Amino acid sequence: MEVLKELRKSLLLALWFVVLTFPIMVIRVNTITDTIEWRWERAILMAVGSFVGSFLWKFLLARQEARKSRQTAKGSSEASDDGASAQKSLTERLLARLGWTRDTLREKKVAIPALAILGAIVIVFPFVTSIYQSNIMISALIYVILALGLNVVLGLGNMLHLGFAAFYAIGAYTYGLLNHYFGVGFWIALPLGAAASAIAGILLAIPVLRLRGDYLAIVTLAFGEIIRLLLVNLSGITMGPSGVKSISRPGLFGLDLSYTQAITYTYFICLALVIFTVFIVHRLENSRIGRQLVAMGEDDIAARAMGVNTSRAKLTAFALGAVWAGIAGVLFAAKTTFINPDSFKVWDSVLILCMVVLGGMASIPGVIAGALILILLPEYLRVFSDYRLLIFGAVLVIMMVFRPGGMIPKRRKAYKLRPEELQGSAAVPVGGGEGDAP
Amino acid sequence: MDFEFFVNLLFSGLTRGSIYALLALGYTMVYGIVKLINFAHGEVYMIGAFTTLIMVSVLTILNLPILAIAVIAALVAIVWSAGYGYTLDKIAYKPLREAPRLSALISAIGMSLFLQNYVRLAQTSDFLPFPRFLPTVRFLDNYDGLSSSQFIIFTTTTVVMVILTIFIKFTRVGKSMRAAAQDRMMATLTGVNVNKTISVTFLIGSVTAAIGGILISAHVGQINFYIGFLAGIKAFVAAVLGGIGSIPGAVLGSFVLGLTESFGAGYISSDYEDVFAFIILVLILIFRPSGILGKPAAQKV
Amino acid sequence: MILKATQLSMDFGGLRAVDRVDIEIHEGEIVALIGPNGAGKTTFFNCVTGVYPPTEGQIHINPPGGTEVSITGLKPNRIAERGLARTFQNIRLFPNMTVLENVMVGRDCRLKAGILGAILRDRRTREEEEQVIHDSHEILKKIGIEQHVNEQAKNLPYGAQRRLEIARAIATEPFLLLLDEPAAGMNPQETRQLDDLILRLRDVEKLTIFLIEHDMSLVMRLSERIYVMDYGELIAHGSPAEVKSNPLVIKAYLGEDVSA
Repeated sequence: MEVLKELRKSLLLALWFVVLTFPIMVIRVNTITDTIEWRWERAILMAVGSFVGSFLWKFLLARQEARKSRQTAKGSSEASDDGASAQKSLTERLLARLGWTRDTLREKKVAIPALAILGAIVIVFPFVTSIYQSNIMISALIYVILALGLNVVLGLGNMLHLGFAAFYAIGAYTYGLLNHYFGVGFWIALPLGAAASAIAGILLAIPVLRLRGDYLAIVTLAFGEIIRLLLVNLSGITMGPSGVKSISRPGLFGLDLSYTQAITYTYFICLALVIFTVFIVHRLENSRIGRQLVAMGEDDIAARAMGVNTSRAKLTAFALGAVWAGIAGVLFAAKTTFINPDSFKVWDSVLILCMVVLGGMASIPGVIAGALILILLPEYLRVFSDYRLLIFGAVLVIMMVFRPGGMIPKRRKAYKLRPEELQGSAAVPVGGGEGDAP
Repeated sequence: MDFEFFVNLLFSGLTRGSIYALLALGYTMVYGIVKLINFAHGEVYMIGAFTTLIMVSVLTILNLPILAIAVIAALVAIVWSAGYGYTLDKIAYKPLREAPRLSALISAIGMSLFLQNYVRLAQTSDFLPFPRFLPTVRFLDNYDGLSSSQFIIFTTTTVVMVILTIFIKFTRVGKSMRAAAQDRMMATLTGVNVNKTISVTFLIGSVTAAIGGILISAHVGQINFYIGFLAGIKAFVAAVLGGIGSIPGAVLGSFVLGLTESFGAGYISSDYEDVFAFIILVLILIFRPSGILGKPAAQKV
Repeated sequence: MILKATQLSMDFGGLRAVDRVDIEIHEGEIVALIGPNGAGKTTFFNCVTGVYPPTEGQIHINPPGGTEVSITGLKPNRIAERGLARTFQNIRLFPNMTVLENVMVGRDCRLKAGILGAILRDRRTREEEEQVIHDSHEILKKIGIEQHVNEQAKNLPYGAQRRLEIARAIATEPFLLLLDEPAAGMNPQETRQLDDLILRLRDVEKLTIFLIEHDMSLVMRLSERIYVMDYGELIAHGSPAEVKSNPLVIKAYLGEDVSA
């Protein structure tokens, strides 16, 4: 009986979706020849798709409900143990198949060979693959830096920033314009781009200090658009929509590099900067600054009442986030040697947001995975590339509904106390953080 | 000459304001109850316009008079848009009612991105010519400043606003909406079905958005899948400007924004037309976050 | 005195939530602020701790061994730095942070490490961090919730969450602790334990305690002096015995006309 009822519900749902999407999915108007195309097969696809989809949706919802009720029903004493198991991430479950836990990854005999293999692959990569592949990987690495930057604002500070592409643009244009007008080289432009972007970040943060979640989102979005429109319209300086051309690639002690060498060189610069970013972001996260940001993100009023200067924390978050966007921007300009305002639209900001959300807010390995997946998957699975943005949109909704923590959720650092600590002597924190070393 | 230019700008500002108002209502009502910026609201407006275009093309085969075609197509579009509004709430927002607001906001952005690309892939990414089916108003024939379509947009908006105000003030559902906006918990306790009320809010918001989408498309004469996003953001700015949660505020804010854009583009520079809206937004949020008509709300501690 | 509010008023729109209230707290006291719901007690706390800037009036502090200064209109974090710490009526912990981290945030305003320190992890920063972890753990032990040290705050049982709020407040090293309904939602046994804790904070930690509470038995047991508010105004003030027999207080609690 129950099954029949569910079936009927799903059938009705499928019917609803067929009818709802009928005009847009089935009918296609050609306004030039004034003909109408009926695409009935799509109605059938939609019916089957939503029928199956409804079951999947119900299954996932039920699973989530079960998880929630398990968490609330549980006694307080076992809260921590079960709480952790209920939130097991995909990676943890995969590791468990192999009989490992997350901590196994951190054991030296596992971690060192794993890192060595990974390092070897990454170093050999540009030499064994084509320039085309290297270029894709450079893009992916640039996005890793961007996503890690946004993660400071969104993951730690819990502030939805929809204008992140503007800082990326500021970095890119800093290098592009300095190079175009004054012939400034990459290595000098790199810190300048980061600084310009950080200053812009602070300038944006000052007026929005008092704003909360949703207003902040809309103002950052507006800021992003203002910057883009300025880039388009100040054509005397920025060369408007046509953009800045023939920007120099990174120089290496004045050597003449061939195209292939230049790409390989850029690849290694990106790689180094990714490692640098991970290192710094990881240290910030596990410091007083990181704690301030997380506290502010969780409860602004309580953080203030406890003496945290949340205004300064907010400025810090925006500036620190912007620094990485600026660096990524300079890299982008150096990689493509051509920039125009079209690369820095709202949806580019949303793409970065998508990486952080998919991977796991505040989780460094998560964010890296998110960025790599969202850039590499559409590149290698060409079938997807048309549906890229559609899928990204769906990913945002589905992640929020079913897995707000992302693929690799953030685990709070557990401080272990030495036995003598219990008698009150010197305290030393022992490991245990999220993805400890870069 | 100068005066004529001024009048032209005035009317074009009022036209924009009318469209923003139709959209801003949806934002303000939804925000009032669920405290969420429905980023996908602009996409409902876009879907309304697309559905109308498709229906007009289909109905043309039947050789009906143009007015009948327009009315039927518009009605179908309005009903379907309402369906989209209702469904997107059920999928993207309802499961997140108790979740942190950030989650719902991200989900809203995802929905917006999804719907845009759904229409892009199912239809086209090119601009399509939109039939200018709004009838000519005879008594305006001798007057150049105000076009028929502008007149119709302005009148329709006024009528919709009046109906909506009456609906919210005097009907049972309207009262439930106001109660839920004030205090969701309390409304539930006094017997208001909050979930149903939220659905109704999405339906009404989608209807007015679709009306706006149809009118402006018939006025401008072309559409594509991207028209909803910017219009949506600006309408949200209008709602914030007027005082979010307040319906008269949304209308007032919309006209202020429409006129500012129109005069700004006319007298300063049309290159920065879109910037004006954003600058107004930033200024209002800094100096008067509660908007023109909104009441300053103290944060509960 | 260590805290003095003079003619303190707070308006919301046209509504006067706090109306010319005068309150004085002396070192080492336990003072209670009572009154019916909506009397303006929490608003008064919010004014004192800087959440709302008061519409009128002055707030002065005179920390033990310090000099008298005005804190009127200062930001909450500045006030916390000056030694006033508080808890919230409807618990406001950092739900996803661990218990230890919650307390470490409380200590934040006494720390010096900056961005550069965080990145370089120089000796001073490392020592500071170690000290914070040590101190925070000590505080957890004092408050009696050290067994939860690495759990997320949101997973704690209710009573422990209330205690954690107190622990976090103490971490700011205050001289005056403002507790907003610390016993709300607790069972009689938990309330008894809270009694002991509050007394210990005063006697061992040498803190002055100012609390809002609806549990009259707790108020009568602990406080040396009581202030009573109704409709934003201070209607009575005195020892527990005096307040208990004050006709104005009885009227405020029971209503003008009992039969109505």
